[in-house]
This record gives sequence, structure tokens and C-alpha cells, in this order.
Amino acid sequence: MTDHGDIRDNQADWDNAHALSGAYAVDALDDLERARFEAHLRTCPDCRTEVETFRETAASLAADPVAPPPSLRDSVLAGIEGIRPLPPLTEHGRDRAIPEDTRRRRPWLASTGPLLVAASLVLVALVTTVALRPWASDNDQEPPTAVEQVLAADDRTRIVREFPDGSRADVVVSRSEGKAVILTEDMAPPPEGKVYELWFQTPEGEFVPAGLMPEQPDATVLLEGDASDATAVGITVEPDGGSPEPTTPPIALFELDA
Amino acid sequence: MDPGVNAQAGAPYPGAPAGAGAELADLLQRSARGDRAAFASLYDATAARVHGLAVRVVRDPAQAEEVTQEAFLEIWRTASRFDPERGSAVSWLLTIVHRKAVDRVRSAEASSRREATYHHRNQTVDHDVTADTAQASLEARRVRAALAGLTEVQREAIELAYFGGYTHTEVAALLDLPVGTAKTRIRDGLIRLRDTIGVGR
Ligand SMILES: [Zn+2]
Repeated sequence: MTDHGDIRDNQADWDNAHALSGAYAVDALDDLERARFEAHLRTCPDCRTEVETFRETAASLAADPVAPPPSLRDSVLAGIEGIRPLPPLTEHGRDRAIPEDTRRRRPWLASTGPLLVAASLVLVALVTTVALRPWASDNDQEPPTAVEQVLAADDRTRIVREFPDGSRADVVVSRSEGKAVILTEDMAPPPEGKVYELWFQTPEGEFVPAGLMPEQPDATVLLEGDASDATAVGITVEPDGGSPEPTTPPIALFELDA
Repeated sequence: MDPGVNAQAGAPYPGAPAGAGAELADLLQRSARGDRAAFASLYDATAARVHGLAVRVVRDPAQAEEVTQEAFLEIWRTASRFDPERGSAVSWLLTIVHRKAVDRVRSAEASSRREATYHHRNQTVDHDVTADTAQASLEARRVRAALAGLTEVQREAIELAYFGGYTHTEVAALLDLPVGTAKTRIRDGLIRLRDTIGVGR
């Protein structure tokens, strides 16, 4: 593997990132550290190799089999019936930033117009406790300070959604910071002439605009506006430039704990 | 399920150790193409190992079952992302279930569990490597020997991180280490373990 466009800030940061490889391999980083280290991984073949060998090593420690109940097998095999396996990445290397035009990805929305509602039903999201791998584009190497503050806030909560097409979105909210961040992964581009708009839902149930998503599959965006008492974050498909209020039902709604 | 699938793929018995790597890799690659029978064989060959790790980290049996189920659905969905050049199938599967288990313990009412179970976990660290084949016990002996070669702090740091689901910062606090040194102990310990066990490239 070759690396072009290495991003190395200074030697101290480099050494610092390198030292996290072991903790990363055993999932012992917090969200912010993990995001930073994954940005580093994309530029550092040494760390990628090291992480792989560490994971092999850790796997050999996990050698205490416990048979799950037989019913679990039935649940799993029933569960896969509704899940389409992802297509392979078309460029070698799952942790690398993949050029936009070589990604294979299905649109979030199969169509526009009247089918939007149907599409939003298809996109009924699976809420899981999984944290996603944030950041997949190198220009997020240095996230804005406000984003960092939210991701590192003691009171942050995270709502994760996985969509049937393999895309994911996380909303992280900090009430004390009064801010929310959305992180997307593998998000398909909006239909031609449309844009994904973000919303805060107020306690009164109204949606107020919170900014537009950039047109890129992996994005980290600080929502505009006050998150301190928002009850939900929503995403809708709007005409280019966005709308003052939603014109379509949300394709995703992240309900926030009080 | 077609019983011939197992035989053809050479899938090992439930709970098999990491030995049958090529067969597992083949099952994963067939799963990526939507082959449900291959996935069922993969499940049969690895469920006990996957669930064992979920139980070890999550501890609560019902939650561990949920984690194991989530992990296998994710494995089905992302099987095409497995790259045999970059690691073994077992390692890939365990990486997925480990991440889900850690997410689970961190998101749930984790703090009460933690203090209460640290001592217990600390006592039960290396006793129970009990897979019932010569190959498994050979691997178990190698792992035990490798663990014995670590410093006490390296060993505890790795166990707290990997089996306890703690962040390196929490590990530092638990072990009374200066902030920032636990990650170094984890890495140093993994390097030594790796080189002793012989995980190579
Ligand atoms: Zn590195």
C-alpha cells in the first residue's frame, strides 16, 4: 500500500497517535480518541499492520467458548432474511479513504416525489447501541473545536441509526454545551436538485432549521442552533438551498433523551 | 439445513478454536454473496467462541445474547468487508462482537457493574481456557505461557481493557497509573503477547 498526501502534524502528535494502537485494537479508546486515531490509521500503514496483529493476539485470548441457547441460532438466521449483505468495497483497504467515484452506494431514496413517503418507510431505522466509526474523510483530521467539545462532553449522549443500505448516522448531543453533532457514514447523495436538511424539534413539536448536510458520504456536522432543550433531531429531503420548514416527512428522526 | 454443507466446507464443531481459518474465511466469503447455508455453517462453527467473548465482557446473560445476535447480523451484513489478507476470520468476527459488547457495557448502567466485578474478574482471568480438543489446549497453553511472560501491570491493563471494556483512561485510574501510561502498558503488553504467541505477518 502506498500513501500519498500523508497528514503529519508534528512529531509529537505523530508519536502520540502511534501510541494509541494497542488501546484502539482492544476498543479502549473513547469516541473522540477513536475518531482521531482512525484518521491517523488512514495515513499510517505501520499502525494498520500493528492493529491487525494486535487483534489477532486479542482473539487468541478470547478462547472461552460459551454455547448460546439454540433459540439464538433461529433468531439470527431469521434476522438475516431482512438484511442485504453489503457489496464489496471496490478499492483495496477497508480503512482507507475511498475516492468518491469508486464507491458503490445505493441512494437513501430510490426516487423523489410521491415515493418519498414510501421511501421513508423503507428506511425505518434500526436503533442500536453500536457506535459507528466516525470520520472517514481526511479533511476532518482537525475537527472544529465546537465539534470536539460536544464529542468530549461529559454529558454527551449518542443515538445511532443504521439504515438498510448500509449507511449510518450518529447524533451526539451535549445539553451542557447546548450543541449537537451529526456524523454520517456511507450516506448516499440526495436526489438531483435536493439536499438533506437538519432540524431540531422543539418541546412544542416544531421543527426549526439546523443546517444542511454537505454532499459527501462521510461527514461530521455541527448542527446550527440550540440543542439544550431540543427533543429530537430530524433529517428531511428539501429542495436545493433548504426550506424554512420541512416539506417532506423526516427520513430519519433521532429522539433525544430529556 | 443441508448437512452436506458442513462437511464440504470442513466447518469445525461448535466452539472450535481458531484452527480452521481457511474454512471460516471461505464461509465468510460465501456469506457475502448471500449464501445462507454457508452463513449457518459459519454460525455453527463460531457461535460459542463469539458468545463466549460477549459473555465475558457483558456478563449479563440476556444482554450477552443480544450482543451476540447483533454481532452475527452485522457479520452477515458486512461479510464482504472481510479481507483474508489482513487477518484471520476468527479475529474479524471477534473484533465485531467485542466492539458491540464494549458499546453495550459503556452505554448501559455500567458504573455499578464495574466496581463490583473488577475483583472477581481479576481472579478469574486465566483459568478457564477449556476448549475440549488437543488443538485448543495447545493454544491455551501457549496463551497461558504468553500471559505469564507479561508484567503484572501489562497483564492487568490488557485484561481490564479487553475483557472489562474499560477505556485506557479508566484502566489507568483502576490501576493507579499516571494518566496516559495505561495505553503504553496495553500496547507493550500486546507486543510481547503477540511475539510470544507468534501471531505473525
Ligand atoms: Zn501510526
